[in-house]
Amino acid sequence: MSSTATAKTLDVARLKADFPVFEERFHGHDLAYLDSANSSQKPRQVIEALHEFYEHSYANVHRAVYELGERSTAGYEGAREKVRKLLGAASTREIVFTRNATEALNLVAHAWGLNELGPGDVVVSTVLEHHSNFVPWQYVAKRTGAEFAVIPADDQGELDLDALGQLERRGRVRLVAVGMISNSIGTINPVQTIAEWARERDALTVVDAAQAAPHRHIDVESLGADFVAFTGHKMLGPSGIGVLWGRAERLLAMEPFNLGGEMIRSVAIEETTWNELPHKFEAGTPPIAQAFGLGEAIDYLDALGLDSIEAHEHDLTAYAMEQLAASEGVTVLGPPAERRGSIVSFVLDCAHPHDVAQILDTEGVAVRAGHHCTQPAMDHFGTPATTRASFYLYNTRADIDRLIDGLATVRKTFA
Amino acid sequence: MSDLYRELILDHYKNPRNQGELDPRDAYAQGTNPLCGDDVAISVNFEGDAISEIRFHGRGCAISQASASILTELVEGRDVNDVAALDKGELLEELGAPLAKNPARLKCALLGLGVLKLALHRARDTPLPEEWEGFAER
Repeated sequence: MSSTATAKTLDVARLKADFPVFEERFHGHDLAYLDSANSSQKPRQVIEALHEFYEHSYANVHRAVYELGERSTAGYEGAREKVRKLLGAASTREIVFTRNATEALNLVAHAWGLNELGPGDVVVSTVLEHHSNFVPWQYVAKRTGAEFAVIPADDQGELDLDALGQLERRGRVRLVAVGMISNSIGTINPVQTIAEWARERDALTVVDAAQAAPHRHIDVESLGADFVAFTGHKMLGPSGIGVLWGRAERLLAMEPFNLGGEMIRSVAIEETTWNELPHKFEAGTPPIAQAFGLGEAIDYLDALGLDSIEAHEHDLTAYAMEQLAASEGVTVLGPPAERRGSIVSFVLDCAHPHDVAQILDTEGVAVRAGHHCTQPAMDHFGTPATTRASFYLYNTRADIDRLIDGLATVRKTFA
Repeated sequence: MSDLYRELILDHYKNPRNQGELDPRDAYAQGTNPLCGDDVAISVNFEGDAISEIRFHGRGCAISQASASILTELVEGRDVNDVAALDKGELLEELGAPLAKNPARLKCALLGLGVLKLALHRARDTPLPEEWEGFAER
């Protein structure tokens, strides 16, 4: 990690040239891509490394004894080491590759939740969670007879930790599932405080870091959680690769998730024993090139510095909130820029978010519209959907100006 | 400016026709587009085999709401079995919006038609479009 005391300023014009997609025009306009919280664009360095990997280093991993298989395994396991370093984890044994963050969270819900939960237990999620850190817990609670409880939020979309006391009275809290940054509202949640609260009660903390890992340093040791999940495609990597970090002692004590090849030590008709960490949780041929590509993406981010990326995004977020606040008919949901990630969700008084996004598209501005897989959070704010702009390293203030101009066009159509 | 937001769609969105709910009613269904949470509810009264009255209400984008409004005008007075078999192309032609390349918004445009066919299926056991299978029970 390139943790420097003072973050270097990003040279956005220069790094933007690394992303081939920005050479294309959409509806006659340059692309203002404001949907990186959904998925990020990919730099040439990652695209070309993937290409090269498939041409020169691809075979199945962990089983081929020939040279090509060794290269492939080195690429796959090399990526695991890059992820370990990124997270400050103690060992690569704690880094499990999955298909995406959703699968990482489901791994814990199924392998731990279905086996460990029962009547009298309480599983806690939050009203701000992405469905992927909400629905699996609601489901395993129902399946096991445990209680499902939700930490509520205030008017600004910030979690109300005073409610934890009440949740605790409903039974024995076994697990708290919380996102580091809300994907729909942008709130930075007090994950460290929640993990400490959980630890004092011998409960586990599962952190959805899908919106954090691409944008800021995560140190799993100081975070105090037991599991952290994120995905590669939101951080310049390919789709189809996710990560679950879990404390070794937790992963060792857990039942396996998917069963089959690679995850076994030995199989006999009478009994099967499980492979060592992390392979116990990686049944079948893994996403080999995708993991390698994630490793290349981490190198790219590392060279620029996550601190610099975070500082740049903060500037954009503050600017966007200022500009949106000054726009007619716009209401921004969620906390002030100081307490949010690079996500701004808003509603326009005269048009539905889908119509807003559709008209913005014709101006070359790409935003997300809908409930963002956070229906409980939308219910909390009393709206079925929002328009969401999210920022990453390649965005500029000019992209935000185009969003604001586009909203004026929407008003002209609908108001 | 987008071709989607033609005058007809904006007009029906801003001034919906046949908006509301019939009570009592012979047929009713409500449905949601899981992609965006748009919802539409439709209630129908029959005279013999004809749709004599139809009302819709809901919330959602201009495409879903205008399409439902246009649909009510399109089917009022028509035979139940004809409407149950109504081709989506007929509604889309009426809408006149270029949705063919836009599968996400096509779902918005067809929400009302699906809900209407669900209501007719429940009341008259007409065929259900396959994307609505599993929703037949109230």
